[in-house]
Amino acid sequence: MDFSWIAQYAPLLLSGAWQTVALLVISVVCGFTLAIGLALAQVSSPRWLKLLARGYCGFFRGTPLLIQLWLLYYGVGSLLPMVPGLRGSFLWPVLREGFFFAAVSFTLNHAAYQAEILRGALLSVPKGELEAGRAFGMTPALLLRRIWLPRAIRTALPSITGEIVLQLKSTPLAFTVTVMDLYAVAYKVRQDTLLVYEPLLVVTVFYVCLTLILTRVFRHIEHQVPIRR
Amino acid sequence: MTQEPAFALEVEDVHKSYGNNEVLKGISMSARKGDVISLIGSSGAGKSTFLRCLNFLEQPDRGRFIVNGEEVALKADKQGRLHPENWRQIERLRTGLSMVFQSFNLWAHMTVLQNVIEAPMHVLGQNRREATERAEALLAKVGLFDKRDAYPAFLSGGQQQRAAIARALCMEPSVMLFDEPTSALDPELVGEVLKVIRDLAEEGRTMILVTHEMSFARDVSDHVMFLHQGRVEEEGTPEKVFGSPDSARCRDFTANLRN
Repeated sequence: MDFSWIAQYAPLLLSGAWQTVALLVISVVCGFTLAIGLALAQVSSPRWLKLLARGYCGFFRGTPLLIQLWLLYYGVGSLLPMVPGLRGSFLWPVLREGFFFAAVSFTLNHAAYQAEILRGALLSVPKGELEAGRAFGMTPALLLRRIWLPRAIRTALPSITGEIVLQLKSTPLAFTVTVMDLYAVAYKVRQDTLLVYEPLLVVTVFYVCLTLILTRVFRHIEHQVPIRR
Repeated sequence: MTQEPAFALEVEDVHKSYGNNEVLKGISMSARKGDVISLIGSSGAGKSTFLRCLNFLEQPDRGRFIVNGEEVALKADKQGRLHPENWRQIERLRTGLSMVFQSFNLWAHMTVLQNVIEAPMHVLGQNRREATERAEALLAKVGLFDKRDAYPAFLSGGQQQRAAIARALCMEPSVMLFDEPTSALDPELVGEVLKVIRDLAEEGRTMILVTHEMSFARDVSDHVMFLHQGRVEEEGTPEKVFGSPDSARCRDFTANLRN
């Protein structure tokens, strides 16, 4: 075992970890927001919107994330430069990066999975509690914000956490579109030093720590409302 | 200045069908301020449906509704069924018609105190301190002050229903609607809830009460309505309905319960 390279690559490892965390946070925050809309569309909306949301979830859950990422990166990515004026715009430095495409495709994918979880959770909230809200004069928007959604999210929290941990473990795919995430750093160390095993071990430790932190945080949130079993 | 309306709640000729099944066949009721009106009758008579039509949790097909002198604006669809013209009006009127449910329906993700201050804060826009002060006083009144930070799942049925009553009271409603408030309770817990409701009746609150507790209905009510198959079969003072009803069915019903 040779870990002498660590000191030299520490800054790169840290920036790789940062890229991984940034991808995770962006895709989870944006994806979850999108998932709320998708789940609501599936439980209470006109039929065409319901079908649209269902089709979206079916597509993104039914195809490999790697292929979604590549379709976006090589497909949409190659079209973007043809949009007039885009290359010169202030957005271009973001839009030309692999990071942007990874973040977008992870978000779209994550939303589909979380939407399925939320849909079930929304349907599982007892009708009586929603009725109580209406009976006290809540508008549909207030009822959603104060009762329906928080109640559903609490119920689904363990599954939501699980989905976020899975999302963390999908982030190495970003490596395939030139993002310098944790896994990409391990790959680079291997290229430079011809060590295969050690860099993988080091990034594994990083992933385990991130997962532990995630589950800790969410368990804490879960325990905010005690559940009687 | 408009004159204070004499009636807290007036409804005329309420009809309601589910498909071909007509469950309410024209029921009228007027509640003066301070009236306690009990609705009795066997299951399926339409008592709960009628009560739920009063705050539009069920949409009545026909009828007139006047809450504190303000008529609910209704418009008919192609089939002649009525629908609220403006749900904002319904939502506003509902704040004055607090409901207590058979199955409590406390919000499970909130503590008892949070349940009680939720609607005053977010529907009526009161500030937290003011709402909390009133809520704590009400919880003390129903004997739950020490349970204010507990979650509903950790309370007994009787405690949950008393919390639900405090939640309803905190809206300072002009009319309280009780939908079989003791039917989901174990027998030994019924008493504590009835005691709270009795205190409210004695305070002079306007209450509409669907109940199977006959002796309770007789004690607290100013007016009793006996419903049968979607119609008012008998109504009047408790002495009349329980003592010398005109309707044979009502006599049978109350006689069965006396034994």
